[in-house]
Amino acid sequence: MSEIKNRLVNGIVKENPTFVLALGMCPTLAVTTSAINGLGMGLSTMVVLALSNAIISALRKIIPDRVRIPAFIVVIASFVTIMQFVLQGFVPSLYSALGIYIPLIVVNCIILGRAESYASKNPVIPSLFDGIGMGLGFTVALTVIGAVRELLGAGEVFAVRVMPANYEPVRIFIMAPGAFFVLAVLTAGQNKLKAVLGAKGRDVSKIGSGCSSEVDCANCAEASTCAHKFIDTDAVPGESLEEGAKRREEASKIQETEKEGE
Amino acid sequence: MSTERLKVSSNPHVRSAVTTSQIMAAVVIALLPAAGFGIYNFGIWALIHILICIASTVLTELLYELLLKKPVTIGDLSAVVTGLLLALNLPASAPWWIGVIGGVFAILVVKMLFGGIGQNFMNPALGARCFLILSFTRIMTNFPDIGDGLSGATPLAQIKAGLPVNVMNMIIGRTSGTIGETSMIAIVIGACFLILLGVIDMRIPGSYIVSFVVFLLIFSGHGFDGAYISAQLAGGGLMLGAFFMATDYTTRPITKKGQYLFGIFLGIMTGIFRLFGPSAEGVSYAIILGNLIVPLIEKITYPKAFGRGGERI
Repeated sequence: MSEIKNRLVNGIVKENPTFVLALGMCPTLAVTTSAINGLGMGLSTMVVLALSNAIISALRKIIPDRVRIPAFIVVIASFVTIMQFVLQGFVPSLYSALGIYIPLIVVNCIILGRAESYASKNPVIPSLFDGIGMGLGFTVALTVIGAVRELLGAGEVFAVRVMPANYEPVRIFIMAPGAFFVLAVLTAGQNKLKAVLGAKGRDVSKIGSGCSSEVDCANCAEASTCAHKFIDTDAVPGESLEEGAKRREEASKIQETEKEGE
Repeated sequence: MSTERLKVSSNPHVRSAVTTSQIMAAVVIALLPAAGFGIYNFGIWALIHILICIASTVLTELLYELLLKKPVTIGDLSAVVTGLLLALNLPASAPWWIGVIGGVFAILVVKMLFGGIGQNFMNPALGARCFLILSFTRIMTNFPDIGDGLSGATPLAQIKAGLPVNVMNMIIGRTSGTIGETSMIAIVIGACFLILLGVIDMRIPGSYIVSFVVFLLIFSGHGFDGAYISAQLAGGGLMLGAFFMATDYTTRPITKKGQYLFGIFLGIMTGIFRLFGPSAEGVSYAIILGNLIVPLIEKITYPKAFGRGGERI
């Protein structure tokens, strides 16, 4: 059970595919013009991701290593085709809103990435939940981005009017540049949150930075020199951000005076 | 052996008594004729927009720097210039909050997030203008009637629609448009002031205007029609853009050859937008696109170090 919970938390928070790993940017930027589109895209991707992870995991001992990528693609493409027909049949409005981005789920790097890095090495049940966790993380991210863009760009969330009637919609937010603004601000926000939590001594030691390193930031050998780490590996437990900054500044001053004294 | 220590600082080594705030103050003074004419032309709302935009840009910079505990740089007046330029690019009939949103976007997103003065890759006032045009198209393209019975159509829109325009009115500035762009005379007076002070030179404005005229001669289908060309030059934001926006120190190329190239690029892009684009005006898009290719221009025009390059004999 703990492994299942671990996979879910990993996908939604620690290695959120959008905000932490920055994977799948193409659908993220293109379809999040409204909350419902983001939710639909996220859920479609999640279903494909979970099922393809499970099948690939089940076949992992049969698939020859040299042709594993084509084999993964065949599995993924089959599920995408099923997904496409289901959407077309039951929610045609969403199907037409998402357009070309449904078939493009086949080449979504989150799905291929999870197949390659997780499902092809792990048993079926954890792989299934890894797919669900990653898919939920993607869904949450896309829905939040879509909701913010729809709120600012149209004054609505899930097509429900929330802004006052005389609110003038900022149209740029439902155009392509708006996607970049919202994604950047949300990513910066969650990085800041993690930094603040880290400085307060809360346990964020297991948060990976999304770099190629397998271990988390606290246990990474390069943490002292790495520029994208989320936490201060040299932080004193319990000190606030300001205190930490002050301490580091004093330390660097001392170093400088030592250098000048040489 | 000498124990005396020499301090070697990095370049530039040339020192000058001119400060950023003096240059910015000169630009503000140079913009006063255009601003004054805008207030005369469009009435009290033009003045209100100018004040709101300047307050918005300066306050945004101040608050950002106070919140992030950075040195406060509003004394260099660059935020005032951004605010004033932004206001001159707004229609006087816009609601008051347009200037507030534009000012916050110009300073916060275009300038401060990229590192503050000297670090922005795009002219903040123009970035904000394009943001506003894309976001609030109806408000930003709805120009006030100035009492000549032309219901607020800008001269460029009339040219685009094939209607006759009064070129003399356009040069003086008694036409509709944004607050600061209508009067060619007022802008050129300010520009001459800056050129005499040595704040700007003619490289970018000259190559911009010449290449734009050449583009019109070739592609407009009007041939060598003096009235048409002077109307295109006096109309819209070309003069304001060429003298005050394209010459922005931060977002223009630093090499002389690069500045000529930059001006030619702007002239061609403005011509393409005005002749073939759906909208009558294209100066602001041309300049921010030009800003984006500045690093590439600098790369190809970077002077070779002495002793390097050249043909091998």
